[in-house]
Amino acid sequence: MFNAKIYVTLRESILDPAGKAAEATLQNLGYKGASKLRIGKYITMAVQADSLEAAAAQVDEICQKLLANNVMEDYSFDIE
Amino acid sequence: MIKEPTPQEIEAGKIYATMGMSDGEFQMVKDILGRLPNYTELGLFSVMWSEHCSYKNSKVLLRGFPTKGERVLQGPGEGAGIVDIGDGQAVVFKIESHNHPSAVEPFQAAATGVGGIVRDVFSMGARPIASLNSLRFGELDNARTKYLFTEVVAGIASYGNSLGVPTVGGEIYFDPCYAGNPLCNAMCVGLINHEDIQKGVARGEGNTVMYVGADTGRDGIHGATFASEELTEETEKQRPDVQAGDPYLEKLLLEACLEVVKHPALVGIQDMGAAGLISSSCEMASKAGMGMEMYLDQVPQRDAGMTPYEMMLSESQERMLLVIEKGREDEIRQIFARYGLVAVDVGKVTSDKYMRLFHKGQVVAEVPADALASQAPEYNKPRREAEYYKEFQQIEAKLAPIADYNATLLALLRQPSIASKQWAYQQFDYQVRTSTVVPPGSDAAVVRVKGKNKALAMTTDCNSRYVYLDPFVGGQIAVAESARNIVASGGKPLAVTDNLNFGSPENPEIFWQMEQSIKGISDACLVLDTPVIGGNVSMYNERSGKAIYPTPTIGMVGLVEDLAHITTQHFKADGDLIYIIGETKPEYGGSELQKMQLQGEIEGRPPVIDMQVEKASQDAMLAAIKAGLVASAHDISEGGAAVALAEALFTQADAKLGADVDMALADHAMLFAESQSRFVLSVKPANQGAFEGLVPAAKLVGKVNASGQLKVAVNGVAALTLDVKMMQESWEMAIPCLLKSEE
Repeated sequence: MFNAKIYVTLRESILDPAGKAAEATLQNLGYKGASKLRIGKYITMAVQADSLEAAAAQVDEICQKLLANNVMEDYSFDIE
Repeated sequence: MIKEPTPQEIEAGKIYATMGMSDGEFQMVKDILGRLPNYTELGLFSVMWSEHCSYKNSKVLLRGFPTKGERVLQGPGEGAGIVDIGDGQAVVFKIESHNHPSAVEPFQAAATGVGGIVRDVFSMGARPIASLNSLRFGELDNARTKYLFTEVVAGIASYGNSLGVPTVGGEIYFDPCYAGNPLCNAMCVGLINHEDIQKGVARGEGNTVMYVGADTGRDGIHGATFASEELTEETEKQRPDVQAGDPYLEKLLLEACLEVVKHPALVGIQDMGAAGLISSSCEMASKAGMGMEMYLDQVPQRDAGMTPYEMMLSESQERMLLVIEKGREDEIRQIFARYGLVAVDVGKVTSDKYMRLFHKGQVVAEVPADALASQAPEYNKPRREAEYYKEFQQIEAKLAPIADYNATLLALLRQPSIASKQWAYQQFDYQVRTSTVVPPGSDAAVVRVKGKNKALAMTTDCNSRYVYLDPFVGGQIAVAESARNIVASGGKPLAVTDNLNFGSPENPEIFWQMEQSIKGISDACLVLDTPVIGGNVSMYNERSGKAIYPTPTIGMVGLVEDLAHITTQHFKADGDLIYIIGETKPEYGGSELQKMQLQGEIEGRPPVIDMQVEKASQDAMLAAIKAGLVASAHDISEGGAAVALAEALFTQADAKLGADVDMALADHAMLFAESQSRFVLSVKPANQGAFEGLVPAAKLVGKVNASGQLKVAVNGVAALTLDVKMMQESWEMAIPCLLKSEE
């Protein structure tokens, strides 16, 4: 059994309205130094596989097929 | 950052070809400039000369449209067309496609499609009051199509609902021809007082060019060129960055702009749509016979290190370009500031007719504005009568014998193109702004004009199967059916906006389809007195060499002169008399019945249409409605009279109403024939004499009763008997069931 921590974020060039709204609110709250706020997703998952490599391959496939929208999002993951 | 190629590298390496520019066009650019273009200039030319921005392939045909009329205040050429509706008010509307992006990222494409067309309307100074959508997908029998359909609907709902513009109607068709290339056409209707009408012009040397709205990012670069190319497996990989929309920002922009348009310091305003900053700036300059200087370092940028090329071509959403009287910029800036929007001076109007772009202290592009905007090349492509058409003209549409009429009607009601679209429109907020009188689900949507005793009826329509079988006749029918929907709702058709969706114009048979359907549309528009006041062309709707059916979607708006004229398709009361206006003929080419029997295929000739007969039918229908003699009215279209009768019985609270009908027909199957120029309507018994006196051609075919059943006989012989509740369930559950079924 391997545990994966997956990070899905909007590609850099894609507008992030929620991130922008949060950033604007931070400015209003007085955190003038805060900037470049982007909101993404953090996903945890357990996978059954024979080796770490096989598990990583499976997680990668799952990210491509479902968890990340490849048109708009990047993903990365840690696995152990 | 990628290093930009030099002018010499562009020529030697034919880099222009990768931007969709031909050798001949590159030569034209060299001739105009008297030198080689640099990379930025090449980018400007390639997007401005793409079909999407310049209509270079279609212009020669579009000139055939009748565009003038007594009520037309603004025809094609501005953000949207405008038609007078009396009381110093006017209606502003336009339709636009987002087809290619929808095949790649359906949610954001549909959302930004709504946002873009709404901006076109409020950039004219009008308040958007309603949206409609014309959507086409492959059959709902595979995961990909289900994904596209659900995401497009969700995208429309997400943006429209957040923005607070009601999505009141439209159409959704399913056909195998759209499997690889779905169509997503969005229409917006707005209301304006005559004195507030704005144009996108950059007049007055020295006046300031102002940028307002979202920051410019790298999204959607070359979106316009992308939209002008065929989709292949390859384009999936080299797609541009998708634009994401922000409806809340759009709402702020909308309200601020509607305030700014009343300010005397405003000279011109235009939405940054396809090809963003460059198209809005050079079009505004060219229309005014002026030029423009732009200082790109001032442009608000979302990403670091953007090049002039990227800034000018970016299709970031929710941005507007304004021209403001020199010296009064702060008055305008203050208005935007109140809405939390930053307005920045990015340039000034010049008199030398040149677009001159400055970046980091250097001139990075210097191009005549007219060359980009109004002097794009124009082609008159070869056209050839399609082979399939010649064959189909000779074929008498075959019909398999119908064993069970009950089963056939139920099966037709389950065809996704006929079935209830409730699954989609229940996701839309169609009541926001509290003016929607007739919501989705009747012939046309009707939206009240607040403070006046009148309303606007609106619809989109196109049966592309007819257009495929006979482009001229199909074009006529698309207009006629739109007008019939408006008339059945109690409105007088005013004008048309069209979205011409076709395959590749390089194919002579497709260019012929386009020419013929435009001729058909023009002919119908002339007879029905509904000029074409604007629209959009979307070509290259092909997937790996296979084109969609030609789909010239018609968006139409009509004026309901008195709220008392508003009529819906549903039967109202036990005892009302049922009439049919129009002749039923054995016409099955391109019909829902034929498509069902041939598993998606169609053949033969579409129904015949005589525009004079059509006009007479519509005039009679509208006269009867205005005289207050009509309880319900419904256009007879896909699935024929049987389906129209069933639909007239649906969506009652307790399904107790039924109908007993007897039609005089040569053949039982004609219950499903799709002959044109027909209405089914109901009349209160007290009005029988008056109605028959006014519309002698209407045939009395039956009565509304309280049986909860639809009984239809042909020449006195029973043909079908069905429980209304059961029919309605089949009709309502068809699309949800297809979406849930696993395949």
